[in-house]
Amino acid sequence: MSELVVRFLIGGTVVSLFALLGDLLRPKSFAGLFGAAPSIALATIGLTIAKNGSQYAAIETRSMMLGAVGFFVYASCVCWALMRYKPATLMTTIGFLPIWAGTSFGLWYWLARSS
Amino acid sequence: MIEVNFSSLKATKPSEYIVRFLFGGACTVVAGLVAKRYGPTVGGLFLAFPAIFPAGASLIESHEKRRKAEFGFDGTIRGRAAAGVDSAGASIGCIGLIVFALILWKGIPAHNAYGIISGATFIWMLVSTTLWAVRKRHLLHRRKRHL
Repeated sequence: MSELVVRFLIGGTVVSLFALLGDLLRPKSFAGLFGAAPSIALATIGLTIAKNGSQYAAIETRSMMLGAVGFFVYASCVCWALMRYKPATLMTTIGFLPIWAGTSFGLWYWLARSS
Repeated sequence: MIEVNFSSLKATKPSEYIVRFLFGGACTVVAGLVAKRYGPTVGGLFLAFPAIFPAGASLIESHEKRRKAEFGFDGTIRGRAAAGVDSAGASIGCIGLIVFALILWKGIPAHNAYGIISGATFIWMLVSTTLWAVRKRHLLHRRKRHL
């Protein structure tokens, strides 16, 4: 339980700090880089190494690459939709989350099958 | 030109900071729980979950709308376009995120973990900023050619 609380506090702080950096910086396209900051990884990887060891953390970061590819596809689709059709932002960003899940889990499944 | 604009901090309400904190904390806990339940290969995917991106992009839209409303204009379309520009930046940042994960994957087992994490964060920033600058230059060059 205490580990979850620590994760929550560290995660909230790191994500908020990157969001704050994104608020401070201009132009907007540059500030957008911080929307894809490795905030969750930075918040948890140290705890993971301390608790489960570096091999376990390395396996997590290998999968993280697939998640990052999913994020790239998702953010590109959101960008295209917002620029082309100008739908409501929150609806688009949340509605497109299955693209992240589909790409990430699809790649993970494909690699798991082929190895 | 990259600038730091402190006045933009005033545009963010305290409740918006709280939402980001809660959402970031919740996503980190979920990533940990998924790893615990399904193992590191599935849990690792959530290390690159777009945790703050939806909240951040929608805040940009609402700030832009609020700013335009002060002058009596409807900033809905402009706000959504601004969120689109932010998303373009995020997609570039994702390429840096892939490189970040690659460095950690290869580096953590053999080297000092905390040194590798610091180095990977620096490389994430370097790769993302370089790609952003290259894209911006390319867009400017294309715009000049069309004039």
